[in-house]
Amino acid sequence: MTDGERGIPAAGQTGTMTVKRGLAQMLKGGVIMDVVTPEQAAVAQEAGAVAVMALERIPADIRASGGVARMSDLSLVQRIMDAVTIPVMAKARIGHFAEAQCLQALGVDYIDESEVLTPADEKYHIAKHKFSVPFVCGARDLGEALRRIAEGAAMIRSKGEAGSGNIVEAVRHMRAIRDTIAELHAVPEEELVARARDIGAPLELVAAVAREKKLPVVLFCAGGVSTPADAALMMQLGAEGIFVGSGIFKAAAITKNGIAEYDENGFPRVDPEIALRYATAIVAATTHYEDPQAVVAASKSLGGARPMHGIDLRSLDQSQLLSVRGN
Amino acid sequence: MDAPLAGVLALQGDVDEHVRVLESLGAVPVRVKTRSDLDRVDGLIVPGGESTTVIRLLDRFELAEPLVARVRGGMPLWGTCMGMIVAANDVVELDQRTLGLIDISVRRNAFGRQLASEEALLDVPALGPEPLHAIFIRAPWIERSGPGVEVLATHKGHGVFVREGNVMGTSFHPELTRDPRVHAYFLRMLEGRERAAA
Repeated sequence: MTDGERGIPAAGQTGTMTVKRGLAQMLKGGVIMDVVTPEQAAVAQEAGAVAVMALERIPADIRASGGVARMSDLSLVQRIMDAVTIPVMAKARIGHFAEAQCLQALGVDYIDESEVLTPADEKYHIAKHKFSVPFVCGARDLGEALRRIAEGAAMIRSKGEAGSGNIVEAVRHMRAIRDTIAELHAVPEEELVARARDIGAPLELVAAVAREKKLPVVLFCAGGVSTPADAALMMQLGAEGIFVGSGIFKAAAITKNGIAEYDENGFPRVDPEIALRYATAIVAATTHYEDPQAVVAASKSLGGARPMHGIDLRSLDQSQLLSVRGN
Repeated sequence: MDAPLAGVLALQGDVDEHVRVLESLGAVPVRVKTRSDLDRVDGLIVPGGESTTVIRLLDRFELAEPLVARVRGGMPLWGTCMGMIVAANDVVELDQRTLGLIDISVRRNAFGRQLASEEALLDVPALGPEPLHAIFIRAPWIERSGPGVEVLATHKGHGVFVREGNVMGTSFHPELTRDPRVHAYFLRMLEGRERAAA
């Protein structure tokens, strides 16, 4: 706990690190789903999502359409907040503190300072301690996770490779974070300063991780989850919960001759019944990740819905990778 | 007497935090995910989390009915935040299924969204004169309570800690603090009971 109990006024103190980290603790064991419409948000809540990420385009569509990806239309975020009772998260560009100020003013429950959007600042992330709203940030390794926590992030997720339908990067990032934590726990104290220098993270955080053998904040997996078995894999690798976006709504996309159809508002058309079934299966596999029979049952419940096609990341140029944005 | 088996419903939420406090008090925590886990515990904590998620998972994995049966049979149950919502009679202004284990109506996100989440100090006479450090996260309050319900603490004019017989609820999260008094109170409820039949 970071806030001194003695300093709490009886009338209450909002925006403390304890309540920021606390909301992420309440989401553990759950699935956070990307949604682009209020209708999709309702499907996510019905499926058992613990929160939704409100955004304009899912990562797979951002990847396909290119251009600059920004914070979502705020009236859309508002409509999604009005449509569900579960927490609503929204994304701001890396370093774009004015977008974050807008999202805080709107009253979202969590901000994702996300590499999925086009970075606004190639050097610095948002100074997140200044905000009352909590932030989640992506990380590829322990050093990156601890730098974000030093800046004020109250929750960490693996970056993975968003919108790829390919779990390989999420596995790499989760293993990198967990392996380095295990290593730090084993080294003698006199090595910690050098280790902190090597991974580019503050010594106090490195020492705390070495002692506690875990991050001081909740760690979720994101980027590439597209099947119930993917969710079970990541939970067994130490994720405390799952972000999934393209994985559900790409699987439920309505296509004609392999081309996605769009509605009159420009949103990709989704079969809500398939999306619900798919989302429900991912939730079930996340809950019972250690029980293969339950993951089998969840997979069978997809009823023939096919996971998104996915991308072999070796076929991409460096410039097409999202996870290398921000460090 | 053996230490009581203190269950923590482990479908979703801040399970580890409850387990840590229970261990520090010498209880034996059991993560409850299945029917057989539920059958062997002496009491059950329903942790913080999302109520719409957990009620669906209780139904989907056929745990709701046996859970209700055990609590009606006398097993102590404590719901923290989400858990109190799940145990309540009903949710004000929302068509949300609950288990009806304690005669209260709760209002969800009553203090507001996350920006209104806060730390506060509560007077809880039942736990002694020292104020209780309470952490509210998108917390519910108790809007109505039946005649058999004892209100053990209030915050901003609303009940936030209640007990009716073997069922208790808190709007806040003692498992996120260093003060184990509410957990100790719950364990005393467990010790008053016979070990559940296996």
